[in-house]
This record gives sequence, structure tokens and C-alpha cells, in this order.
Amino acid sequence: MSDVSTPTAHPPVTDWVNDFDHTDPKWTENPFPIWDELRAASPVVRTERFLGCYLPTTYEAVREIANDTEHFSSRRVIVRDVRPEVARNAAPPITSDPPEHKPAKQLLLPPFTPDAMKKLEPRIRAICNELIDGFIADGKVDAAAHYTKHIPARAIAYMLGIPESDSDLCINWIHMILELGIKDESKLVQAIQEMSGYFADHIEQRKQKPADDLISYLINARDKNGQPLEDSHVHGSLRLLLIAGIDTTWSAIGSSLWHLAKTPADRERLLAEPALIPTAVEELLRAYAPVTMAREVMKETTISGCPVKPGNMVLLSFPAANRDPKMFPDADKVVIDRRENRHAAFGLGIHRCVGSNLARMEMQVAIEEWLKRIPDFRLDPAGTVTWSQGTVRGPRQLPVLFGKA
Amino acid sequence: MAERLRVHVDPDKCQGHARCKALAPELFELDEYGNAHEVGDGTVPAGLEDKAWLAKSNCPEIAIEVTEE
Repeated sequence: MSDVSTPTAHPPVTDWVNDFDHTDPKWTENPFPIWDELRAASPVVRTERFLGCYLPTTYEAVREIANDTEHFSSRRVIVRDVRPEVARNAAPPITSDPPEHKPAKQLLLPPFTPDAMKKLEPRIRAICNELIDGFIADGKVDAAAHYTKHIPARAIAYMLGIPESDSDLCINWIHMILELGIKDESKLVQAIQEMSGYFADHIEQRKQKPADDLISYLINARDKNGQPLEDSHVHGSLRLLLIAGIDTTWSAIGSSLWHLAKTPADRERLLAEPALIPTAVEELLRAYAPVTMAREVMKETTISGCPVKPGNMVLLSFPAANRDPKMFPDADKVVIDRRENRHAAFGLGIHRCVGSNLARMEMQVAIEEWLKRIPDFRLDPAGTVTWSQGTVRGPRQLPVLFGKA
Repeated sequence: MAERLRVHVDPDKCQGHARCKALAPELFELDEYGNAHEVGDGTVPAGLEDKAWLAKSNCPEIAIEVTEE
């Protein structure tokens, strides 16, 4: 077992090509020019930080790694200062490799199909409007704190069958795991313990009295031998659904509103042509993909001609891949009606995000309902937009003013 | 006479992004896991050719083939 680490400050980066750090404040604030610099240097760069970590900088290199489960394992999917014991944080299927991956993934897929999302959509629309009711009269709002955060948190709480009012608890655990936990393992351990206790109660209740929710679904699920899942599997999957379902979509909706707040031409286009919103959502996902995953190198190989060696992690930057000009013309611009868009925001290969249909539906509904009720809005010049650090990037403060300037 | 198109989803490549179903619901359908396959034998009815190409050019896994017959 690895020792619980104490948090350490990272020295500021001066040489991005040989010493990158995705937790550096410059990366957090504006990663796009950094990715361009790294991509110009090499398809794969490496840092000594995080006990050794590669970063593929091109779409092709990211695709190669995502599709190569022989040399790259998903057993650790977050790049941290330490390498916590693998089993303790297992959250199948995201941390699974073949052959365990497929059955664990198939188990989770049916509740997240587009048809299942259609049934959920009215509740999401109602959540958006309840949130807007709470602040529309104020003429301004921190959209990250009062809108974008709560939509996915309440949606996943609703799907799991836990009280929507407990979604703040969940948000706090996720903050401890995804942000504080990168540098302070004790926060990670504490959050996982608290989540396990919370869900143990709910699992016990569902065993007594099943309900039409995801917790009951997992309890009733059977593996390929017809056996119920082990409790650790149920806990791991519940942890995954919470962790993966909240920060990510919070970020994606937030980046979308941030873009629309500062880009009146795109906002007016969507107001005039609401049917374009699904296409716009794809482009906003491409340009501001929130999620960077990780792999661990298991066997020596080469990626886009660059040697990679075991013992290192890989920061699998789908957001950087989405900005590769070889793959996307005008990659650095938001082209709101982009027709051809093979973006990798939800990953590539077998680990494609289970919740992609949910995220897309939430983004569409959140943007539609916001634009219906708040057609004109802009960044508040008196406020500051702040961004989350690390694995998931999106606005955590997004002060906007309503009405025309 | 215009050539007839046919679409096919490679089931080994499809990962269920469901972009084809969103863009060309007349040509693609999803199974219980959300993975895609072509409707019927994949023949593209006249007038839906653009949708076939659009689906192909938005598949992140490059799983869709469009052939001209």
C-alpha cells in the first residue's frame, strides 16, 4: 500500500516541452497555446513530474493510445503526484482493461441509451427552469455556482434514486477526489470512505425495498455467470457514475455558456436558429472538451514514432486532440455550425463515455432553456471567471449580467 | 441515373457514440446497449445521400462505410 502523501506545491513551469504540468495555473487559465507549443515540438512529450508522465499532443497519437489496450492500462485513470494502490480505487468499467472491461461496460449501457435519455429529458428541463426561477429576477448570476453545477448533480441524483438535495454532498466528494486528491491523497481516501458509507445505506434500503432507479438496477444486475455483482463492484460503479457524471457536464455546460456570453454572434445565431443547438453542442464539446483521462504504460512501445516506457503514466488529453489543426480545419476557432466533427470529447475506443448521451441531452436542454429565458447575457466585467484544475476543466465561477449591454 | 449508396456500420469499431443515429435516424438504429447498425440492408433511399455522408464524417471511430453501387 502506498503511503498517504502530504500535499506538495509544484514549482511553476518554465519549460513546457520537457516539464509540463496540467495543474500549473497557466494551464488551468488558458491551456490552448500550451498544447499548440507542445504539438509543434512532438506528438508525444514527457514530464518528470507525477513520477513520470507522457502527453500525446496530436489527435492521431491520442487515438493510437486510446485504441491500444495491450500497452496501455486504464487501471489508473487520473494522473496524480502518487500512485495509489490500484484496487482501492477501482471503478469498473472505467478502470477495467479487457477482458473484464466489456461485461462491466455492457452492464451500465442500457440505462444510458438515447431512448432512455428521452424519458429523462422532461425532468432535466424542469430542473433547469427551477434553477433559473431562483435567480432570473436578480439580473445577474454566477452561472457556475447556481446553474451549471446543479443540473448534472441533480440529474444523476434523480437517476440513482437519492434525494436531489443530497447533490451538494456529492459535489463536495467529487471536488475532494478530482481536484484536492491530485496532491493530497488523504482527501481522496476520506471522500471515498464517506461515499461508501453513504451508498451502503442506500444499497441496504434498496435490498429491502427495490425502486426504479440505478442503485436498484445495479443490485439486480447479474454477471455472465448469473451471479449478483459483488458489493465492491456496485460501490465502484456508483462512485464512477457520480464522479464521471457531475464535474464533467458541469464543465461542459459552463464552458458553453461562457462562450455564448462573450460571443454575441453565436448567441444570436442560436436564438434565431434553435435547431442548430445540437450541432453547436458538438462544436462546443470539441473546442472546450472538459475531460482529460489517463493511462498507465504497461509495455514498451512507440506512439507516432516516439518511444514510451513502462512505469510512466499517460495524460490522455482528448481536449488537446480536439485542437489538432491536422484533424480540424480552424481548430482554434469555434465554428458553431461545423458539419464534420469527429471530436474526441467523450473519448475514443472501448472506454467511450457511458454517459455521453446523458451529457449531450443535458447540454442541449440547459442551453435551450437558458436561451429561452435569458436570451441576452454577457460576462460581468466586475467579476472573475475561474477554471477548475486538473482532470476536468470548466468554469467554477462564471459571473454574468442579463440583458443587453 | 445517380448511383445508389449503401451504409454499413463495422460492429467491431462502433463504440456507441450514437452520432449516426442523431444525424441520420432513417439510416441507423441502436441496439439495447446503444451500439449502432444500419437499417435493413443499408440501402440509402433517394434524397438521404447527404445524411449518409454526414453520419460517416461525424463518426469518431471511423466505423461507418458508405459505398456507391
